Amino acid sequence: MSSETSDIHAEHAGHGEHEGMTKKKIYKVLYILLGITSIEFLIALYIGPHYHISSHWINPIYIVLTLFKAFYIVGYFMHLKFEKLDMALAIIVPVLFIIGLILVLTNESHYWIDLRL
Amino acid sequence: MSTAVAEQVDEVKSTPWSGGRSPFNVEYGKMMMWFFLLSDAFTFSTLLISYGALRFSAPTWPAPSLVFQSFPGLIEHGAPLVFVGLMTLILILSSVTMVLAVEAGHRNAKKEVVWWMIGTIIGGLMFLGCQAMEWTHLHSEGFWWGSIPTAEKLKEFFIGNVPAAQQAMTGHQFANLFFTITGFHGFHVFSGVVINIIITINVLIGTYAKRGSYLMVEKVGLYWHFVDLVWVFVFTFFYLV
Repeated sequence: MSSETSDIHAEHAGHGEHEGMTKKKIYKVLYILLGITSIEFLIALYIGPHYHISSHWINPIYIVLTLFKAFYIVGYFMHLKFEKLDMALAIIVPVLFIIGLILVLTNESHYWIDLRL
Repeated sequence: MSTAVAEQVDEVKSTPWSGGRSPFNVEYGKMMMWFFLLSDAFTFSTLLISYGALRFSAPTWPAPSLVFQSFPGLIEHGAPLVFVGLMTLILILSSVTMVLAVEAGHRNAKKEVVWWMIGTIIGGLMFLGCQAMEWTHLHSEGFWWGSIPTAEKLKEFFIGNVPAAQQAMTGHQFANLFFTITGFHGFHVFSGVVINIIITINVLIGTYAKRGSYLMVEKVGLYWHFVDLVWVFVFTFFYLV
């Protein structure tokens, strides 16, 4: 892209804003992601069926673990944690609107099931 | 540029938002990639949330541990989540090679960038191959957009006693949603691989070395991590829940 002007590059390099991710940190995040995924597998394949835990308890655990993984991917791999706070907020705040749709449609789906039965 | 002069003339206008530079301290193309990914996140979330709504409103649903229990080409039955575990591992590892490419780009190490990018592309192709096998397997069982297996075969995918009419209804919903959502994600993986190949060629012919910055690698990196991010959610909501 020709629009990448040289002074922005200089700013980029000069501020050392990318000191956040060293190789060591990258592998640390990898182990965290693999660890969380293994916990999910452990719950799905062993703990769930073995102890007959209801999905009402297990599903929220899955979702929390998934959100942890999302945090590590967005924060470290996509580097959002090391961007300026204004930049991070410009991305994160709009995502919160999704919660609205989740609330509306999960609520609505309970009416759908009543209509069907 | 003229920023030094401007600061002397008007000392008040020196906040990040006073103009003349990016208040986010992010290069234009990278910021636009972030906003594109934000819109893409909305698209994926509408797909996943409608899936959730349809599933909540269904009296029953095909059990993931019964639908996804084969390792295509190796194990036919009784290996739930093994194949999708492999796919998840491949995608996470290709995300790691991508960050390593970005990290090498910061050091202007052209050779390393190329090798890590090639690793990322191979990971993406392996994932697409796995997905093709998974789709083929489900298709051979009778699932496709708008079609479900025969009644006695469909029965095997449900836990407990579920009326045949309900099985047919949720079977259809499951098939349509599964192929649409994993297909849309797979299409993202495919375009990611294509973009990665283009960028790798650019690295090889020295476009970014001449430019003095591997920022483009960072931008495709963002896209690639986003694809991984979406898979994390698809994996949870189709295979675990």
